[in-house]
Amino acid sequence: MRCEQVADQLADAATGQVLLEEAAAEHVGTCLRCQAEMAQYRRMLRVLRALRTEVLEPSPSQVADVLAALSAAGEQRAVDGLLRGRRVVYVGGLAAAAATAAAGGALVLASRSRRRVGLAS
Amino acid sequence: MGLARNAHPSPEVGTSGSAEVADLVDAARQGDQRAFDELVRRTYAETYTLAFRLVGSEEDARDVTQEAYLRAYRGLGRFRGEAQFSTWMYRITANCAATHLGRRRRHRHDVLHDDVPVADDSPASSPELRAEAGELRHRLVDAVDELPPKLRAVVVLRDVYDLSHEAIAAELGISESAAKVRLHRARRQLRNEVFPADAGRGRTGRSARAV
Repeated sequence: MRCEQVADQLADAATGQVLLEEAAAEHVGTCLRCQAEMAQYRRMLRVLRALRTEVLEPSPSQVADVLAALSAAGEQRAVDGLLRGRRVVYVGGLAAAAATAAAGGALVLASRSRRRVGLAS
Repeated sequence: MGLARNAHPSPEVGTSGSAEVADLVDAARQGDQRAFDELVRRTYAETYTLAFRLVGSEEDARDVTQEAYLRAYRGLGRFRGEAQFSTWMYRITANCAATHLGRRRRHRHDVLHDDVPVADDSPASSPELRAEAGELRHRLVDAVDELPPKLRAVVVLRDVYDLSHEAIAAELGISESAAKVRLHRARRQLRNEVFPADAGRGRTGRSARAV
């Protein structure tokens, strides 16, 4: 096996999470160049990992801007919720009115048909 | 990108999933706006730093960060408690940054060339390691800044913020295999920049294109 064939595996192996394939491991075990490259990846990954512990200091206005945007979004959500509630009430009212009208109509029809039956008998 | 100038160590970074934060998340999920505001205050610097690393400018990073918190606020009901809040925010921020970069590319016609717990991941475990980190750090930060945005996003999310390949692929809108290919290219390019004397093989140079 040649160095070029294991090159892609070295960085993954340097993470410590991925094992080299058997043939690649055999090659790296005897190749100082690949061992050096893997050591460089290890150092690089260690430094990259450490970057996570560094943060930029934002200006106070940045946080305030986000909080203001969130507040606006919260108010909008409340308004939407309210409107949705009213819509439900409105639709519910219409349905109730329709049901009442239908029930009333059914009663009238029933009483008329009873009257007709009475007259016929 | 110049992250070096204002960056400072933060002992709380990456641990915003503490019990206290978990309580705030619970309260926010139940509609407590002040709890969410407090979450923003506690995690803003970390989220902004990630956004800055991904998009490379303060102005864009501000926009991305604001969008990320708005999305988080609207989607809080979908946040699963078993994940850390910080990890969830990383994913949202990555997604917002990808959208932002895509939009910017379309508008400005930019040309885009297109966990990692290492064996010893304690950066300050010895004076030698601290010195090594200091020596390498500047070159590496510069090299990361120089990467094409698509390669930079993958290596930052994977090797700095420890997101899984699956999460990275999902948030950047690419396949997992594409994410892995980009990661390989990014790492190789970084190594070539940071250790130029030994960059003879597998060199892709600055013209590397993201898949």
